[in-house]
Amino acid sequence: MAETVNNGSRPTSSRPTSSRRARRSRDIALQLALLAVVGGVAYAAIVNAAQNLAHAHIASGFGFWNNTAGFDISQTLIDYSASASTFGRAFWVGLLNTLLIASLGIVLATVLGFVVGLARLSRNWLVAKVACAYVEAIRNVPLLLQLLFWYNAVLKSLPELRASVTLPGGGFLNNRGLFLPRPEFGPGFGYVSIALAIGIAASISLRVWSRRRQERTGAPVRVAWLALGLIAGPPLVVFALAGAPLSFSLPQLGRFNVLGGVEILPEFAALLVALSVYTAAFIAEVVRAGVLAVPHGQTEAAQALGLRPRATLRLVVVPQAMRVIVPPLTSQYLNLIKNSSLAVAIGYPDLFQVFAGSVLNITGQAVEVIAITMAVYLAISLVASLLMNIYGQTVAVVER
Amino acid sequence: MKRVATALAIASLAIASRAIASRALASALALTLAFGMQAATAQTLKAVKDRGQLICGANGTLAGFGLPDPQGNWTGFDVDFCRAIAAAIFNDPTKVKFVPLTAADRFTALQSGEIDVLSRNTTWTMSRDTSLGIDFAAVNFYDGQGFMVRKSLKVNSALELNDAAVCVQQGTTTELNLADYFRANTMSLKTVTFATADEAVKAYDTSRCDAYTTDSSALYGERLRLSDSSAHVVLPEIISKEPLSPAVRQGDDNWEDIVRWTHHAMINAEELGINQKNVDAMLKSSAPDIRRLLGVEGQFGDALGLTNDWAYRIIKAVGNYGESFERNVGQGSPLKIARGLNALWTKGGLQYGLPVR
Repeated sequence: MAETVNNGSRPTSSRPTSSRRARRSRDIALQLALLAVVGGVAYAAIVNAAQNLAHAHIASGFGFWNNTAGFDISQTLIDYSASASTFGRAFWVGLLNTLLIASLGIVLATVLGFVVGLARLSRNWLVAKVACAYVEAIRNVPLLLQLLFWYNAVLKSLPELRASVTLPGGGFLNNRGLFLPRPEFGPGFGYVSIALAIGIAASISLRVWSRRRQERTGAPVRVAWLALGLIAGPPLVVFALAGAPLSFSLPQLGRFNVLGGVEILPEFAALLVALSVYTAAFIAEVVRAGVLAVPHGQTEAAQALGLRPRATLRLVVVPQAMRVIVPPLTSQYLNLIKNSSLAVAIGYPDLFQVFAGSVLNITGQAVEVIAITMAVYLAISLVASLLMNIYGQTVAVVER
Repeated sequence: MKRVATALAIASLAIASRAIASRALASALALTLAFGMQAATAQTLKAVKDRGQLICGANGTLAGFGLPDPQGNWTGFDVDFCRAIAAAIFNDPTKVKFVPLTAADRFTALQSGEIDVLSRNTTWTMSRDTSLGIDFAAVNFYDGQGFMVRKSLKVNSALELNDAAVCVQQGTTTELNLADYFRANTMSLKTVTFATADEAVKAYDTSRCDAYTTDSSALYGERLRLSDSSAHVVLPEIISKEPLSPAVRQGDDNWEDIVRWTHHAMINAEELGINQKNVDAMLKSSAPDIRRLLGVEGQFGDALGLTNDWAYRIIKAVGNYGESFERNVGQGSPLKIARGLNALWTKGGLQYGLPVR
């Protein structure tokens, strides 16, 4: 037994360095061999695909990227026209639509998930049971079904164009979507943005100062209202001084459609609601697990020190819960990003619908398009995962 | 009411899963191409005979062209065409397995070898012919793209559709023609693109869009499926040429010949006045054209790799071109589409049977 231990991971006595070196070079050789095998398989797959495509007389290569797309897209965050834009441009339009739905979905799902998760732990019986019912009902019904429910049952029951609901302030709501006034920024609006930036910077420094002061003297400083004033005050003053350089172009009811204004498509709204509501149910459970993972003794200790319940939650429980919450929370974010491709079921023009749909079918180049699409989803997920890992390190418990 | 809602939910789930399945098919093709061996492309007839069944890619949701009834019996113009091929090969028009395909997954299904022939109201275009690795056999329906709108909009021409929202199906020539037409007439539009015709029609029916556009033949079929078909009108403009043709994989000339000549056998039968009822009597005809077509004279079927009575079998099983047309989309059907361009060339149309000799 002793000998196997010596040859294993903890060489304690004779010739430790040489055996470690031998083991290390063997490891490297193994890694290289594995890399070569993986690379070889990938290379063989590419060559084989190219041969098969040529044999079947199917066009291949990435030349289609710069060809004119010729089809329209219902929601474009960047300039796009069927006649002038390329398939490559259509790709970017789809990618931005995916990023838009994913980022908004993550924000909404996080907020809703934390609220529901904490509500489930509430001592108020009704609140806890409502949160419990939400979680159990939502996470046990397929997302696709929920998506179709939001799209067909809820949004399609909105009034038709001619019976549009007129919103206060000049917007419209109908089954073509939500139409809001579009802000038009006047010439002096740049100064307002600068004032806002200065206000935000000032409130951050105020917060840093107050925290240092508290650490030094122990006396808590209440700065929340002052910080809010710093953020809101200067921009408002500058806005007034610059002569209110902001106007709104109101949407108008046209013969067929609402024209002008900001348009929020029903497909977008349905997808956003479905993704947020669904993912929030899982996040709620993650949050509940995280909070329950903090030993009750911590709460009792905090109370013994005289902290109030809210301060206990904010200063003792949540920071310790976060290190448990972040890894599974990352998985939920990645799920949401990938689930956004269900857009294809209701016609929201995300990357999957535009690129792996219209572009694939018009060019017929399935191999290239699917490969690009997979690579892009992989890249988005890896970036999201990296950001969450960085955040996870900042909330990790620091051992003292 | 509750039952209707449940049925609706099931139907929409089925539609949505088809939309997703089409992407799955594309990735499967990518995988096959990357890791699979080269498919034997030149053996389709042998494969079909060995299998004892033709596998035919059809529409599945389009009345008049390809639609299974609740018992699973497929009917339609494109369906009859596949039955004709099966009749020529097996002397049995029921030896066909129909695979319902969306516009988006039809070419992938053909490329990947999932189907033997694509008979699904598919427009023959140059780019499809040259870059998809498929070949079109013969135009069996001359069509064109049209628009359908609500009567209550009081629109009389497609040129009045400036700023309209238009529902359209993805992966079609329709999607491209639509953008072209509005651009050519300096009109703007809001396109709402759906992965399947079902979704597009349903969205139009709930007035998500002002207009629905597709091939005009399909418009008549889709109109029947709307909640109130009398409230909708098909506009007079035909904005494109849509020559619909069955397609096969490139590289199997014998199989392409069989598909092409199945069509011409049906046209020739109509030209010669041979139909399902009189085909047995026609076997005794002394007219040389008829004798060659029905296999009484010559070895034409043999040269295709079939039996010499191949055309007789087709006519006996599904009738001539005109019979199939009238039964599925013409006066014998709810669609009541006029022959128009699809009349025989002798009657002012474009259908012209190539000579069997």
